[in-house]
Amino acid sequence: MKESYTITAFSENHIGLLNRITIIFTRRQVNIESLTVSQSAIDGIHKFTIVVDEKEEKVKKVVTQIEKQVEVLKAFYHPDKDIVHQEIALYKVPTEELLKSNTLEQTIRQYNARILEVMPEYTVIEKTGHKAETQELFERLSQYGVKQFTRSGRVAVTKLNEELLTKYLDEVEADEKAMKNS
Amino acid sequence: MRSLIEEGVDYIFGYPGGAIMPIYDSLMDYSDKLKHILTRHEQGAVHAAEGFARVSGRVGVCMATSGPGATNLITGIADAFIDSTPLVCITGQVISPLLGTDAFQETDVLGISMPVTKWNYLVTKAEEIPWAIAQAFFIARTGRPGPVLLDITKDAQFGELDFEYKKCTSLRSYIPKPKFEHSKISEAAALINSAKRPYVLFGQGVILGNAEQEFKKFIEKSGIPAAWTILGVAALKTGHPQNMGMLGMHGNYATNIMINKCDVLIAVGMRFDDRVTGKLSEFATQAKIIHLEIDQSEIDKNVKADIAVLGDVKDTLPILTEEIKSRDHTAWIEEFKKLDKIEYEKVIKNDFYPKKDGITMSEVINRINEKTKGEAIIITDVGQHQMFASRYARMNKTRSFVTSGGLGTMGFGLPAAHGAKIGAPDREVILFVGDGGIQMTIQELGTINQTNAAVKIVLMNNNYLGMVRQWQQLFFDKRYSETYLKNPNFVKIAEGFGIKGKIVLERTQLDAALNEMLNSKEAFLLDVSIEKEHNVFPMVPTGASVSDIILEPLK
Repeated sequence: MKESYTITAFSENHIGLLNRITIIFTRRQVNIESLTVSQSAIDGIHKFTIVVDEKEEKVKKVVTQIEKQVEVLKAFYHPDKDIVHQEIALYKVPTEELLKSNTLEQTIRQYNARILEVMPEYTVIEKTGHKAETQELFERLSQYGVKQFTRSGRVAVTKLNEELLTKYLDEVEADEKAMKNS
Repeated sequence: MRSLIEEGVDYIFGYPGGAIMPIYDSLMDYSDKLKHILTRHEQGAVHAAEGFARVSGRVGVCMATSGPGATNLITGIADAFIDSTPLVCITGQVISPLLGTDAFQETDVLGISMPVTKWNYLVTKAEEIPWAIAQAFFIARTGRPGPVLLDITKDAQFGELDFEYKKCTSLRSYIPKPKFEHSKISEAAALINSAKRPYVLFGQGVILGNAEQEFKKFIEKSGIPAAWTILGVAALKTGHPQNMGMLGMHGNYATNIMINKCDVLIAVGMRFDDRVTGKLSEFATQAKIIHLEIDQSEIDKNVKADIAVLGDVKDTLPILTEEIKSRDHTAWIEEFKKLDKIEYEKVIKNDFYPKKDGITMSEVINRINEKTKGEAIIITDVGQHQMFASRYARMNKTRSFVTSGGLGTMGFGLPAAHGAKIGAPDREVILFVGDGGIQMTIQELGTINQTNAAVKIVLMNNNYLGMVRQWQQLFFDKRYSETYLKNPNFVKIAEGFGIKGKIVLERTQLDAALNEMLNSKEAFLLDVSIEKEHNVFPMVPTGASVSDIILEPLK
């Protein structure tokens, strides 16, 4: 059964690596729902967060292929229940709608969204949350005429106590020491 | 150049051009240590580098200019990638300020080669060159080997640097040999010890890991019958009593049938290619599967392993051998032999000793076996002759068979044979090639003439693209769409390139002609007229189970 999985890959920060990662998906006809690349908690290591709707078996294979890339340190995958994740959405609406009545303002309050910028012509609203939540707000705002809408890729952290990458790096270091001593 | 010498390179296969001229210029200053072989086409260079790498176990090096030079390498790089052949390919690139401007002979080589390289890198500064070359060689030859491409801009080639070379021995993000778990090996040993009908399938992983001796010890202590994939051939000598033959679509009858009769299947350094497994859902479903493999991504990719032993077989096999009981499986091996007899009667007898007048490819191969006694290196192109050669050629030593396995690249044979002769100058190198395949890279006869490499070319000439014709006969109602070839006079072509040749039209001429070819100290082309409608059997039809292997066309 297809399910939403979040793949996280930790890599060197080199030109072209993003391409190497995405062709793994393209070749296997797996659609990337969202992709975010950023620095990780460890200096010099970058983190890819990739969301796919796929069968677990296929996700597993994709993860091993990602990990096989020379410049990737380690890759993991998690079902949604094992992670805390968030997305951010920006909505650009006409300011006159905000001034006309207080229903727009109420909507903003109700959805725990906030206003980032008010200009005479437009107002930019921000909402963080899961995709379904930001989507719902988008639909609610449609009646006011959304001039622009954009949603970020997913960012996620695991619910585990131990950090998978740190644990992995420690293991590698221990192995290397053991190798040198033997 | 100095970086390449530091890596122990002595041969480079290549073709110059505008964007790589500075490298070629400095090549002249190092010609005592680095020998460059000028091929007639870049594809010839990369296949030659593959042939060189496969027989010598070293990294093959090839060079080409930017744009078309680099794109001409791609087929060979893809071939090396799928067959795990270590290559370092160096391409010239336009000067760095021109990158991305559609400059003359500019192509995004990094982008194009990305899906078919283990690693690639664009060098834009001279001071990166030693580091990049060190890393390229390290990545190409370690772990599961593969091709690496370095694209070097012309300004980087011109740049000056303080040369200091440090070999690359590790990379933070890359673990060539995954750590193995001893407990998995013990589990595997216990399963093998309790098995009644265990069966070993081995692949090129044994050769790439230089683990032939370790494998032989494992086989001999365990007493288990073993069969090979096309790239694993020669990891165990052909005549070894436990070597049951070839797997796959055109493999042996018993080796395929027994996949669905064994109780424990032990896969060693192989990747369960679809040409080996046939229909996956009916592949060894009754058996417990043990998979010894260096590449994590191959485990459970096609066939789920009950016990996966990740690691280099060079390390894992000796432990496994230690923990298994010494056993005798003669009765089980006899069951293979019973099926072998059926195959011999229905297929092999007619291949070797045909009743028709036309010469078969198999009898040519068999005659060569008798003469070389399994000591030669066999190279093939792709098609019927490739299947006959892998089925029937006998090999005593490892690294004796070079063929395009995963990609099935027609045109591979001639340049690969040339590279193989350069990589193993003291061994007899015999190429089996079809009349279709040889014409794809026939210009490399010119290279062979220039280097005087004594490559023995056996041209299996049936005036057809034989394998496609066979499929048309069996599965497309004998509609021979575009498979007939009106061929040139190959011997005259060879002569034009300064290579001796001879035509064999009848069986009575064959023996003397083969002797003349084998006795020749120079390259030789033997154009053998082959029976047109002779097919390769047995065959596992596409999409069928290995149990449904057929010995003759279905009525």
